[in-house]
Amino acid sequence: MTKAHRIVGRGRIDASRPVHFTFNGVEYQGYRGDTLASALMANGVHLVGRSFKYHRPRGILGAGSEEPNALVGVTHGQGRFEPNTRATMLEIYPGLATRSQNHWPSLKWDVGAINDALYMLFSAGFYYKTFMWPKAFWTKVYEPFIRRAAGLGTAPFEPDPDSYASRFAHCDILVVGGGPAGIAAALAAGRAGAKVILVDEHADLGGSLLSETDATIAGLTGQQWLDEALAALADLPNVTLLSRTTAIGYYHENFVGLCERITDHLEHSSVGTPRERLWKVRAGQVVLAQGSIERPLVFDGNDRPGVMLAGAARTYLNRYGVTVGERAVVVTSHDSAWLAAFDMAKAGVKVEAIVDLRSDPSVDLQERARVLGIQILVGWTVTGTRGRLRIKSVRVCPVDLGGDAHILSCDVLLMCGGWTPSLHLFSHSMGKLRWDESEQRFLPGDHVEASRTVGAGNGSFGLAAALAEGDQAGAAAARELGYDSAPATYQVNGEFALSGRYFNELPTDRNPGKAKAFVDFQNDVTAKDIRLAVREGFRSIEHVKRYTTNGMATDQGKTSNMNGLAIAADAVGRPMPEVGLTTFRPPYTPTTFGAFAGYARNGLFEVTRKTPIDQWAESEGAIFEPVSLWRRAWYFPKAGETMHAAVARECAAVRSSIGMFDASTLGKIEVVGPDAAEFMNRLYTNPWTKLAPGRCKYGLLLGEDGFIRDDGVIGRLAQDRFHVTTTTGGAARVLNMMEDYLQTEWPDLKVWLTSTTEQWAVIALNGPNSRKLLEPLVEGIDLSDEQLPHMAVAEGSICGIPTRLFRVSFTGERGYEVNVPARYGRAVWETLYESGQEYGIVAYGTETMHVLRAEKGYIIIGQDTDGTLTPNDAGLGWTIGKTKPDFVGKRSLARPDMLKDDRKQLVGLLTSDPTVILEEGAQIVFDPDQPIPMRMVGHVTSSYWSESLGRSIALAVIEAGSRRIGEVVHIPMPDRTHAAVISQTVFFDPQNSRINA
Amino acid sequence: MLLIRCPYCNAERPEVEFVYAGEAHIVRPVDPSQTDDDQWRDHLYVRNNARGLHFERWRHIHGCARFFNALRDTVSDKFVTTYKAGLPRPRIEDIKESM
Ligand SMILES: [Zn+2]
Repeated sequence: MTKAHRIVGRGRIDASRPVHFTFNGVEYQGYRGDTLASALMANGVHLVGRSFKYHRPRGILGAGSEEPNALVGVTHGQGRFEPNTRATMLEIYPGLATRSQNHWPSLKWDVGAINDALYMLFSAGFYYKTFMWPKAFWTKVYEPFIRRAAGLGTAPFEPDPDSYASRFAHCDILVVGGGPAGIAAALAAGRAGAKVILVDEHADLGGSLLSETDATIAGLTGQQWLDEALAALADLPNVTLLSRTTAIGYYHENFVGLCERITDHLEHSSVGTPRERLWKVRAGQVVLAQGSIERPLVFDGNDRPGVMLAGAARTYLNRYGVTVGERAVVVTSHDSAWLAAFDMAKAGVKVEAIVDLRSDPSVDLQERARVLGIQILVGWTVTGTRGRLRIKSVRVCPVDLGGDAHILSCDVLLMCGGWTPSLHLFSHSMGKLRWDESEQRFLPGDHVEASRTVGAGNGSFGLAAALAEGDQAGAAAARELGYDSAPATYQVNGEFALSGRYFNELPTDRNPGKAKAFVDFQNDVTAKDIRLAVREGFRSIEHVKRYTTNGMATDQGKTSNMNGLAIAADAVGRPMPEVGLTTFRPPYTPTTFGAFAGYARNGLFEVTRKTPIDQWAESEGAIFEPVSLWRRAWYFPKAGETMHAAVARECAAVRSSIGMFDASTLGKIEVVGPDAAEFMNRLYTNPWTKLAPGRCKYGLLLGEDGFIRDDGVIGRLAQDRFHVTTTTGGAARVLNMMEDYLQTEWPDLKVWLTSTTEQWAVIALNGPNSRKLLEPLVEGIDLSDEQLPHMAVAEGSICGIPTRLFRVSFTGERGYEVNVPARYGRAVWETLYESGQEYGIVAYGTETMHVLRAEKGYIIIGQDTDGTLTPNDAGLGWTIGKTKPDFVGKRSLARPDMLKDDRKQLVGLLTSDPTVILEEGAQIVFDPDQPIPMRMVGHVTSSYWSESLGRSIALAVIEAGSRRIGEVVHIPMPDRTHAAVISQTVFFDPQNSRINA
Repeated sequence: MLLIRCPYCNAERPEVEFVYAGEAHIVRPVDPSQTDDDQWRDHLYVRNNARGLHFERWRHIHGCARFFNALRDTVSDKFVTTYKAGLPRPRIEDIKESM
């Protein structure tokens, strides 16, 4: 069976290397150099899948990356399943396992094909019309259906075991497309000395030369010339050749993304070899030689397996030595299909007829066909096909519908509706398309980037034109970059001048309303769907596209956009350029997420910041939580201890004796300079001028809009030096804001800003025994309450290490924050921990820190504030320096909205049932009996169990909350509604007596 | 990816080294308390949102960390010119002549 469809010795496959692979569990043989598509057709297999919407049997349409039909699932070994791979691009290797998609239970007998019979239900806009009502059907019926139908293949569910690489590259000239135009451009630029990268998406460079049989270049056959040209390029050290590499996107200023496929075609690859590599190329000049894509013809039954593009059939024959059928009919409106027919006939395929829609194809071509004994039907059309899983016959009749229809038997129908210049990358680069009225096609207009388009992509069809344009463009690009280049001449003989015409739906003597004439094969969009969309009022091609889904599948309409546009324009009754082409967007072909991610996976995708004390916490069994990029110890459970019990124990230790806490993640900024105090005055709400060196202050930072942005204790170390702390997550934002004002609003201030977050390890000691623990370890600082009172800072040493010692408290207890250089953080921590055993010291995590601060009503920026709270709203009006003329945000605090008396304000909440811990984020209402939707008057911002108080506590923002102390509010939850009394925000030790205890 | 010339480094660098920082030449009033509510609202919130040439601020965040100003075309995305913070707005006519 194999031999019948394979002409051994023809094409570029390696006949000495047979390759066994499977498709749907059946083993087949191909050769090294085959794609899955060529190898299957060599085995007589055309049926490779079912269509998306109607589950119609589908075969292989093309031979390149534009393929809409032949999508398969591929297993490249354990965990390496990939859906929707184009069989036309997939190179086979021994053991390759592939399977078809979108059918059940089998490819040949598929239950979903019932959709084909329900054709009328699924016409244009069927999603919008069908899934409207009843509402209850959404979750149970419609959504599962849409989700199942929303993709073709099945996504893999295992983590991707492969690695992916990425790299930057810079070159003088990037040439996209390794056909004759691209090769000529690379030769011209490379010989001129320019640094050139030439890329092509196929396994072999050569493009149309790989299947060229007629023309000669300088007396050589196309393939001989190609081999010589590639050898010449390989000899140039300044030229890089990349095959299996797709230019996926063309971005600003000649930045082009390339995806190189490295291992998918290999049976074995060495461990560590990346599967794909993303090249990020910045080129001085770009030459686009993407070629053109053959256009299908639109007629009833044009999607049956065995109906394929004529140029693709020619490629399979000449490049792979595969005859796609034994009995072919050719239908075309372009000369190129005649050449395919001639090659097929010469290779022994019975060509039943050439059906040309035009009345006047070239006499020369007709004469050649006659010599080969091929029946010619000039001015005829195709009106239908038959055959369930493979075409069996085609019905033809004269275009003027004036004669009888004939039925022609065949097993392949080769079609050609002309060629569409490939403008994708040019369009990515924001280049505007130009309408070529005489040839009825879009061409590149003015180039926005330093680039040129050559060859078929520029509308210059044919080998001689491609070589000449490529050479000129390569030379011109090199000259622009300062290289001397000499033009080359390529003597091309034996080439036909090819031309053609474009048709919409082919003329038919049958009822066009019943025709299933496909435009978009992958999304199952017919010509009728497009006309229906226009009838229903859609005029813009962008709307027609979205309503019909034409061109929206994974092939992005490479074979369907122009037919869709032509039919839509005809239906609208306006010229094509007025209806417009839809936008091309990167990537050019489907690209793996792995390629985009590259090395940026796991820890290289998002770093985990760890403090110097992190490893100690880990060894002590801490449970961690992420806080911005940091991981912080959340709580330290003893064996068998619940989180609740651990937090209660940690809280009790701080209140009764001493606890220690790793506060190293606090943002820290050193503000230095003769104008440092003035800078702080202008930035923070507080007055700083009178703060004496050695003293600290709670600083509040607003945005210019008057809303709270950040806070932290700020120590003045000297007249001209402030140690600013910020929230853990806000450090970078605060520094950015400081830099912004300093650089752009007040450049006259002599101030320098330095981020010191990671320079200091910070150990917070809290509890009545904290001073006792510190005293024997600290030198050079008098720890007495007179010399180092609450809100003071001093420099000295601890355990022999220099320290900035802050007397501050975020718990309400006597507290110290020991700052030591980061590299000594762990040693000092461990010393303190050991010395603290005498007092029963306990390490506590962020959860206990949160509880303790909430008991004192200290806010957490971003938890108790949300970007809409002013200082007064948060009960922090006292921080504002009343005599300061200005600070960031001050003017906004006087805006009318900020002075309204019903603003939401921060208050405490005590639930009527003291065991109820409210949910953070829960909404609050005044009247629980009002109808739904209720008027929400605020929400819970913080909520905890307080071990010290033996009950739950919460913070909340509530409309005019500060005027409502003592009132009862309600928190409706799914199971029941909770009542709570509004209270002050300080729940514990309101006299602040413990700060000096 | 755009190339951006930092006027402080005097070097053209890829866009990933920079961050956008809003419209340029919005000067904070010397004494905001002297502005009325409408003026202050405009200062805070009202922006040009130009289609075409747009004066805007950028920061060379992964380079010299300086804020600078730029004239950029929001249609083509491309930078027309960049200049140091504090310098006056260049006249578009002058730039067009030199282009
Ligand atoms: Zn810079």
